[in-house]
Amino acid sequence: MTQVSNAGDTRHPTQTLQVGMLARVEGEGGLHVEIHDGHVTDVQLRIFEPPRFYEAFLRGRSYTEPPDITARICGICPVAYQFSSCLAMEDACGVTVPDHIRTMRRLLYCGEWIESHALHMFLLHAPDFLGYPGAVEMAADHPDVVAMGLRLKKAGNDLMDLVGGRSVHPINVRLGGFYHLPTVAELRAIRPRLAQALDEAVATVRLVSTFDFPELEQTYPYLALRPEVGYPLEGGDVVTSEGDAWPVQEFREHIVEYQVEHSTALHSTLDGQPYVVGPLARYSLNHDRLSPLARELAHEAGLGTVCRNPFKSIIVRGVELVEALVEALRIIDEWVDGRPASVPVPARAGQGFGATEAPRGVLFHRYVIDDAGIIEDAHIVPPTAQNQPSIEGDLRVLAERWVALGDHDLTHRCELAIRNYDPCISCSVHAVDVTVSRS
Amino acid sequence: MFDESLKSSALPKLAVWKFASCDGCQLSLLNCEEELLTVAGAVSIAYFPEATRGVVEGPYDVSLVEGSVTSPEEIERIGQIREMSKTLVTLGACATSGGIQALRNFADVAEFRSIVYAHPEYLSTLARSTPISAHVSVDFELRGCPIDKGQLLEVLAALVESRRPRIPTYSVCAECKRRGNVCVMVANGTPCLGPVTQAGCGALCPTYERGCYGCFGPQNTPNTAALSDQLVAAGMPPEVAMRVYRTFNAAAEPFRRESERQERAVAVAGKGAGR
Repeated sequence: MTQVSNAGDTRHPTQTLQVGMLARVEGEGGLHVEIHDGHVTDVQLRIFEPPRFYEAFLRGRSYTEPPDITARICGICPVAYQFSSCLAMEDACGVTVPDHIRTMRRLLYCGEWIESHALHMFLLHAPDFLGYPGAVEMAADHPDVVAMGLRLKKAGNDLMDLVGGRSVHPINVRLGGFYHLPTVAELRAIRPRLAQALDEAVATVRLVSTFDFPELEQTYPYLALRPEVGYPLEGGDVVTSEGDAWPVQEFREHIVEYQVEHSTALHSTLDGQPYVVGPLARYSLNHDRLSPLARELAHEAGLGTVCRNPFKSIIVRGVELVEALVEALRIIDEWVDGRPASVPVPARAGQGFGATEAPRGVLFHRYVIDDAGIIEDAHIVPPTAQNQPSIEGDLRVLAERWVALGDHDLTHRCELAIRNYDPCISCSVHAVDVTVSRS
Repeated sequence: MFDESLKSSALPKLAVWKFASCDGCQLSLLNCEEELLTVAGAVSIAYFPEATRGVVEGPYDVSLVEGSVTSPEEIERIGQIREMSKTLVTLGACATSGGIQALRNFADVAEFRSIVYAHPEYLSTLARSTPISAHVSVDFELRGCPIDKGQLLEVLAALVESRRPRIPTYSVCAECKRRGNVCVMVANGTPCLGPVTQAGCGALCPTYERGCYGCFGPQNTPNTAALSDQLVAAGMPPEVAMRVYRTFNAAAEPFRRESERQERAVAVAGKGAGR
């Protein structure tokens, strides 16, 4: 839905370009761009998703409940919420889970990355590059591409169904581990589907690397997790492109949230400036941690060790899709039965911090609990909320560059630039609509 | 309800709407990977902003509505959607019972606002989160947090074929027996809401060795009091027995009543202890 309006006097009309409801993003939001005398004067990513007040109603709940409750913040990345909350509570209670549980968490998380990245790449983002309003319309001309995307997405969902019980709001995650571990036989049974998905993910990277990408070089700092080994997924310390590194427990000293009138999602800054989380940040800060296959494909697709063009995020998601499948197959092949599904996590009074890499970027959780395990304070910083100031920054640069285009084309391109971030608005409010105003 | 044949028009026009929610129920439609293109061939997807920027103007034959009503603007919007829609189906716990955000119904929303936001005055929020049926007539309510995609496909098939959807209203226990699960409550003493919760998930939690937590909401005529007495007798403190009903379907009438009964028990116990 696009509205173009002229306000003010006729000599210097202020033009407003407005996308009332951004399509193909998760949740509800819009964009407002104001143009005065041919220059962009204001860009607002308007997030009007109604607030649901999770951090408020978590107070007074039991410390065991956040994995199930916070999963409901987002139907697209529930596992991210489950694992960030588990890590935070385990941190508060002084428990470190054994390696095999950490490994099974990685496997379930791979399922969520595969599902979420395939959804965004094929159903939400690719139609922009290939010139269709949506994937169903795209399927008329490119049935094989859409069918491949749906098969990849299904491979992720199948993995989540097995390990998590279901793909939207999995039921198998608890503090200290799982209720029930899948067996070697069950994991082996799903292996052929994942092996086929890996072949298709490789083909996907090759396909999306042929798209046309507008030039854009981001200058914001990048922030991602970095674990002791492997590509970041279910934990790690924070690292930034400025060369800083700090444990998750220090996130409140570096990341400051503030409220703006045009968004029900709080904005964030890193040491006072806008920053980026998500696939580009993860890739650029952890390129050396990719598997040889993923690294080789990234090179073949023309990516360097750092990627700062947000339009190429679709290639990076493809590389991460390959990485998630390689990792899932490795975990399945090395799995052995007969280990406990969880370890006890007895309550103790204190504060705990947890962060994991949701498909859209780092998700921070912090809780304060009392000695009976009742939650006194909860604090959640989702990836899309952190990316809002940089999304607006990208749009300011791009709208200025494309200001001479007609409003229709300008609106369309701005939408594409927003979808680069795969914004999850339901998450960020625990909130996109485009308006361009010209004067 | 599902009469007035949609068959009359070549392809029924389908619209998908979102209110306060997590997107998970809409995602369940996109999760019908093997069936999605078939569904897209059997209906005309006229409005589905999460999937396409293409918009076909109303009126619509079928509106699928996700999410609960939590703001004054949403009350107005659901009225307009009802007027444009021949059949309106709600998807999931938020749209059907108010969702987890209905926990505000038991608290002071002004305090909630100030806990999360530095400038609560920027927000327009209602004191209560309410289901779609509190505002307009609803033709069918599909349960679940999230909905089950098999049940969603059944509802869509029923719409296209102009028949009633076959969605059972009995409890999770029936599904558990059918799967051959050992009862987690009887055998392991694990608290389980299966006896009072509507089927539809396939008894997922007990199959994974955990108790049901009621995400499909109350079954038809549940005996929640009898279940709570069992839970308390097995050692569950009343404040926990109160919380187990206050999750994703907290405002569904039988669950609301039972949680308030337990709340009174907590208050009485508190007085008895001289607190």
